[in-house]
Amino acid sequence: MTRAIRSLAFAAAFATASGFAGSVVEAQTLAAVQQRGVLNCGANGNLAGFGLPDAQGNWTGFDVDYCRALAAAIFNDPTKVKFIPLTAKDRFTALQSGEADVLVRNTTWTSSRDTTSGLNFTGINYYDGQGFMVRKALKVNSALELSDAAVCVQQGTTHELNVGDYFRANNMKLKTVTFATSDEAVKAYDSGRCDAYTSDSSALYSERLRTAKPDDHVVLPDIISKEPLGPVVRHGDDQWFDIVRWVNFMLINAEELGVSKANVDAQLKSDNPEIRRMLGVEGKHGEGFGLPNDFVVRMIKAVGNYGEIFERNLGQGSPLKITRGLNALWTKGGLQYAPPVR
Amino acid sequence: MADARGQMRPTISPLNDPRWRSAIVQIVLCLVVVWLAYAAISNAADNLARARIASGFDFWTSTAGFDISQTLIPYTTQSTYGRAFWVGLLNTLLVSALGIIFATIIGFIIGILQLSRNVLVSRLAAGYVEIIRNLPLLLQLLFWYNAVLKALPNLRESLTIPGGAVLNNRGLFLPKPIWGADMMVVLAAFGLGLVAAIAYHIWARRRQALTGRQYPVLTVSLLLILALPMAVFAGLGFPVSFEHPEMGRFNVRGGIEILPEFAALLFGLSLYTAAFIAEVVRAGVQSVSHGQTEAAYSLGLRPGPTLRLIVIPQAMRVIVPPLTNQYLNLTKNSTLAVAIGYPDLVQVFTGTVLNQTGQAVEVVVITMAVYLTISLVTSGLMHLYSQRFALRER
Repeated sequence: MTRAIRSLAFAAAFATASGFAGSVVEAQTLAAVQQRGVLNCGANGNLAGFGLPDAQGNWTGFDVDYCRALAAAIFNDPTKVKFIPLTAKDRFTALQSGEADVLVRNTTWTSSRDTTSGLNFTGINYYDGQGFMVRKALKVNSALELSDAAVCVQQGTTHELNVGDYFRANNMKLKTVTFATSDEAVKAYDSGRCDAYTSDSSALYSERLRTAKPDDHVVLPDIISKEPLGPVVRHGDDQWFDIVRWVNFMLINAEELGVSKANVDAQLKSDNPEIRRMLGVEGKHGEGFGLPNDFVVRMIKAVGNYGEIFERNLGQGSPLKITRGLNALWTKGGLQYAPPVR
Repeated sequence: MADARGQMRPTISPLNDPRWRSAIVQIVLCLVVVWLAYAAISNAADNLARARIASGFDFWTSTAGFDISQTLIPYTTQSTYGRAFWVGLLNTLLVSALGIIFATIIGFIIGILQLSRNVLVSRLAAGYVEIIRNLPLLLQLLFWYNAVLKALPNLRESLTIPGGAVLNNRGLFLPKPIWGADMMVVLAAFGLGLVAAIAYHIWARRRQALTGRQYPVLTVSLLLILALPMAVFAGLGFPVSFEHPEMGRFNVRGGIEILPEFAALLFGLSLYTAAFIAEVVRAGVQSVSHGQTEAAYSLGLRPGPTLRLIVIPQAMRVIVPPLTNQYLNLTKNSTLAVAIGYPDLVQVFTGTVLNQTGQAVEVVVITMAVYLTISLVTSGLMHLYSQRFALRER
């Protein structure tokens, strides 16, 4: 329902706003955010580890910390974020229409989303892949045994398409049951409507804990797709694109250079020129973004570096206990790699 | 200016001539509306292009790539978005049409029961109406979906219903009839019986008008329409076989599959709308003055014919217009399918297709046009029907 309403509002807004005002909001997202005094961040709201408000309304999660880092960079205050919980199928419309300034909602980067939806992906903050969760009692060891199985899936995701491709490529019969939210999909799976639930494997670890008896379910080892997740911005504002892209790069660089929440003040006195440039002690690298020179210091003080964000929300410091895997730094056999500050 | 008699008419400026003035105002208004529409559309297209959002209808023929759980026409993941649109539309029409039929039947029964002289019956019927129509439909749909799912056994403990049907939390699986070649003869017998029954009906009415004698129309019609084809069917040695649903590793295979999402939606919509229809029917029947019934009784009509010939035709004039509203509501409410995973037009088209193509404007406009068309067709048909009950002056 909310999606339908939002789409209608979007269509109507487009028709009227364009008819009378003449042009859509173009560029100047940073100025608009600064003037508003708060960052509107499209978030998940329903996935422990990535984005979930607690009983008091405090948001936590991997993607949530990216929004906080962005707010810290702009306002020097990680609490100046308004989180907009979005379902998978609402999310792009919310960003396109300007309701959200940035979308950090475990969103997969694909060519069509990048080119025909008026969106730009700024980078990859999590390398993921699609997997399946099944009941242990089914004694299934591989996704290849799932022919004829009923698969619950969330609407408006790449998973809907990947599962179709995978079953077709392996000559298996597919029966999907599609739900508007992951909540409904998991509930239906848990109540026995489906044999399997498919999503990003990181999400599966989190959703497993939401089932009535997590120990009865197992995540299959098969990864059937590449799901590079990353923050998304509207097309047409290069300055804002650069800021969001470099928030990710700076968090990764900070981990690589050993700058953490605990030692960031001490690191300001470091002799390492790379650290000095990154933290704004040397050069004027912040100004290029339209931000203060010490914006990286603010970010690190608020949320820590990439590794700290990962461990706190997804890794050993969280109930999910996901290992770094592909998301380890390039220096440690992973794929996380950021361009230098220079 | 001179007219035929050569008299001069006073010359007035066109601006002060009411005919000219109204024409000018209307032309200007039309131009303004057309300009506004044009400006809105061209600017929207312009802005979409500037924001790099694809526009146009090219997506219609692109491969969809996703699966749909209930398809009335052949559909695979390699079908097009256009095909997915038709699948969604047919699913919407199916649940709406069946919902309208069930809601009407239940609604009429409950509505009549509300007028029963038996206090227990009328109170129960009134209680049904008050409970159902005062709870939000979405809540009811979620209740039915979860109640249905939770109550049903899982695949391993499937219930086998005598006759070969299988029931579990994946749905109801019925044996699928496979008709033999001789089935054409049975169909022909059915058609023949139908024609004969109609002919007999016309003949009986003429005879009644002439002689006043009544004929057993119902019995004869049933015999002709049902018994005749059944007899032919039996005489040909039952030319039908059944594809029985079988247990697969994960799911039941074969047979006719009725999804729990479909059942819950149909159930919820029918019961909900029936409560409103019951009120419409009750009000309609009560709107017929009691004097009409008394007049009929005094002419010697029994209660049955009184209801059929006197009360209902007059009540229908009051019932049909609000009934149309309920049918339109039911069709539009079927979009709540989105909450329980039934692939109706909104779920498939403005859900998955909109999201995968990113073309919100086109998809939403098409969907709105479809619902508008369905609604207009429904009210058009109901208008034709209500004309049958219109007062005719003689």
